[in-house]
Amino acid sequence: MNAITLSRRQFVVTTLTAAGGFALGIGNLTPAEAATLRDRPWNDDSSGMQGEINAWVVIQPDDTVIIRYGRAEMGQGSFTALPQILAEELECDWALVKPEYASANRNFRENKVYGSLSTGGSRAIRETGDIVQQAGASARERLIAAAAKRWNVPASECAAAMSKVSHKATGRTFRFGELAVEASAIKLDKEPALKRPDQYKFIGRRLPRLDIPLKINGAAKFGIDLEVPGMVRAAIIKCPVFGGTVKSVDESAIASMPGGLQVVKLNNAVAVVGDRYFRAQKGLNALKIEWEVGAAGSTNSEQFRREYVEALDQRGTDARHDGNVDAAMASAAKTIEATYDVPIIAHAPMEPLNAIAHVQADRVDVWVGTQNADVALTMAAQASGMAPEKVYIHNTFSGGGFGRRLGPDEVFQATAVSKAVGKPVKLIWTREEEIRQGRYRTQAAIRFKAGFAADGTPVALDMRNSAGSGNPANVQNGVDPQTIQGLINTAYKLPNFRVVSILKNTHVPLGPWRAPGHSQNVFFIESFIDEMALAAGKDPVQLRRELLAHRPDFQQLIDVLVEKSDWGKPMPAGKGRGVALHESYESNVGMVAEVTVSDAGEVKVDRVVIACDCGVVVNPRGVETQLEGGMIYGLSAALFGNITIKDGRVEQGNFDTYPVARLKDAPKTEVYISPTPGKRWGGVGEPGATMIQPAITNAIFAATGKRLRSLPIKGQDLKRGGVASL
Amino acid sequence: MVNIIVNGTSREIDVEADTPLLWVLREELGLTGTKFACGIAECGACTVHVNGEAIRSCVTPVSTVAGRQITTIEGLSSDSSHPVQQAWLTEQVPQCGYCQSGQIMATVAFLKTTPNPTDADIDAGLTNICRCGTYERLRRAVHRAAALMRT
Repeated sequence: MNAITLSRRQFVVTTLTAAGGFALGIGNLTPAEAATLRDRPWNDDSSGMQGEINAWVVIQPDDTVIIRYGRAEMGQGSFTALPQILAEELECDWALVKPEYASANRNFRENKVYGSLSTGGSRAIRETGDIVQQAGASARERLIAAAAKRWNVPASECAAAMSKVSHKATGRTFRFGELAVEASAIKLDKEPALKRPDQYKFIGRRLPRLDIPLKINGAAKFGIDLEVPGMVRAAIIKCPVFGGTVKSVDESAIASMPGGLQVVKLNNAVAVVGDRYFRAQKGLNALKIEWEVGAAGSTNSEQFRREYVEALDQRGTDARHDGNVDAAMASAAKTIEATYDVPIIAHAPMEPLNAIAHVQADRVDVWVGTQNADVALTMAAQASGMAPEKVYIHNTFSGGGFGRRLGPDEVFQATAVSKAVGKPVKLIWTREEEIRQGRYRTQAAIRFKAGFAADGTPVALDMRNSAGSGNPANVQNGVDPQTIQGLINTAYKLPNFRVVSILKNTHVPLGPWRAPGHSQNVFFIESFIDEMALAAGKDPVQLRRELLAHRPDFQQLIDVLVEKSDWGKPMPAGKGRGVALHESYESNVGMVAEVTVSDAGEVKVDRVVIACDCGVVVNPRGVETQLEGGMIYGLSAALFGNITIKDGRVEQGNFDTYPVARLKDAPKTEVYISPTPGKRWGGVGEPGATMIQPAITNAIFAATGKRLRSLPIKGQDLKRGGVASL
Repeated sequence: MVNIIVNGTSREIDVEADTPLLWVLREELGLTGTKFACGIAECGACTVHVNGEAIRSCVTPVSTVAGRQITTIEGLSSDSSHPVQQAWLTEQVPQCGYCQSGQIMATVAFLKTTPNPTDADIDAGLTNICRCGTYERLRRAVHRAAALMRT
């Protein structure tokens, strides 16, 4: 390594922001300076490798640094960002770093040595950041201790940099690779202190993502791309009415079809296995299957929508109550009320769910892109009857998750089918199966009431929310924290404030959709705050500032948002701006959307300005892309997202009936990162998906005077002079 | 038996005539950069070139492309040096990456007919779906690629 490269790598530019100061990296590294990721980045049985300093770091004799990654890469970039944090403390040469997935099998056998592998809740960096930072610091100190021991000098006279330990006084050096085996045997008296954010020189840099070179040439292996010797392929259909079972299967039509087809009946699904996927799928289509659907087979969306709104009249449970809302409403000079609701929506990641499972006599292997390798392991163990320590999950790249890959139904199915046929099986869902067998975002309704003093000051806010629980195990005292997420913990402060929770489930399976409860609740509350501003005769930003008077961090965020979005500047007829703010996953984010509504009622989102305070920025581009992408994900939900039920089953099946945002729908987007000081790894994967929804409907109100109290926007009457459908 | 020419090499394929080109590429030839995502030509993840034109291979029976020149993402360049790939790298477009082979192949074909596109041209001419929401960077990358290809 020559001196020029060294000094350039260690060079850090500090830019001043509204926050004061924070470190931003210099530009891209050359390919030779970058760490590398394999197209198959797993290592299923990693314990006991020589040079393993701790479960997170292995240094090989040639100085290669293997860094374990204990979350899932779905495109959010944490396969780069977490090793980046570890490398900051390890003082290694980034070009020598080769990250790989942490082993779920080892995580089970070694008592959660990697913590939770689950990748939801914007928690990859938020919850693993400190752990890998400590692992890097610990490894560095042990490498230094190993060198000091060899030189017989105090460790305090030695320092680590660029994958070498040097003795300052004599200039002697050892490469990390020469020290790793000894370092792995060293016990430290105490764990070293971590660098403070103002000492970071690698965290905060705009590093290129390590997986991108594999994603511009088809090299990255997703679960669907893998081949295993002797593998057969399976197509599957689960009972289209959730909770139903297989009644009968007439296989006669497939007897003459090519592909060596074999039918496998599960309790609630039918699979066809063959030598080629297209043949298996054709065979499945040719079967005559009767389902046992029960009473759920006569339900529909109109009924559900009515039931969720009617449930608001139930007594419910006070999830939070500050002051005395009833008394404050009774004495308020003015009150307003509004009811909102949202439909069920699906995740629709680009890669349909799929898995390869191989059940053998003494072990089970599963190749899958999953958000939760721990649960995938448990599911494969259940489906195979094998002990969990004999299950190996080979976590691949995944083609989007957004919450759907947290509940790996495909792993259970693939394992069950492999067990039935005695061969490795690649099971692939169709898009239709993916849309119709989701773990959906809940249908939800909410009734708001606000009370104002005579001068327009809001004095009370009351809300009654009905929604379904995605996990009954989370329900305590009639409350599932997820259904009221973003309501109960809103940053807004009013003296009298109440959230009443009413839980209502149907036969529709529910699960976390990007920013679970926030995703509907931010639409609700940020729309109603705008209604409150109107009632109080205040600008929507001004009312938010007043309700956040106790939060200087939000005042700063609003300053950035107002300046960058041209808030308050006049707009031509038919155009409007809408704002939304929210605190979630330890990040504050604000958005302003600009929309055009044509005379015919067509909505175009022209521009979105996003301001973000997520605390420590590991990789600025990672923050930007997550907010941009989250925003588009929420944009799809706001404009189009609507799963409807008829006869107990989902009516939509593909992108023709479940449309999502395309380039023509995507606004010009600007992201401004403006962190407040202090150490906080704020999550950014999910916040973007929430605020865009009310930002758009608030902008539509500004443009047209029509308040949308349900989603999606598509199908609602926004024609000029027309009557709103609400 | 169907004969197709994939990335410059003639291949004999022994499958039913209605088998989509997508599954021939993926399962007979092991070219898995071309992705299955919708199966009904809605999303474009399966986009490849047939005689230089972008088509959606999930609804293209292999028998209809017999004797034609097919190019997949693997055949675009041997070293990711195609200007569109380079623009994608510079702008750091992919997130999950699953749709990106199709996005790149669609863009290469689009720029042949629209070498100097406006944003409106891009929005109208590129209709592939990306669920991660890479559109802002993708649009920038298309402009960058167009500029690279003009020089």
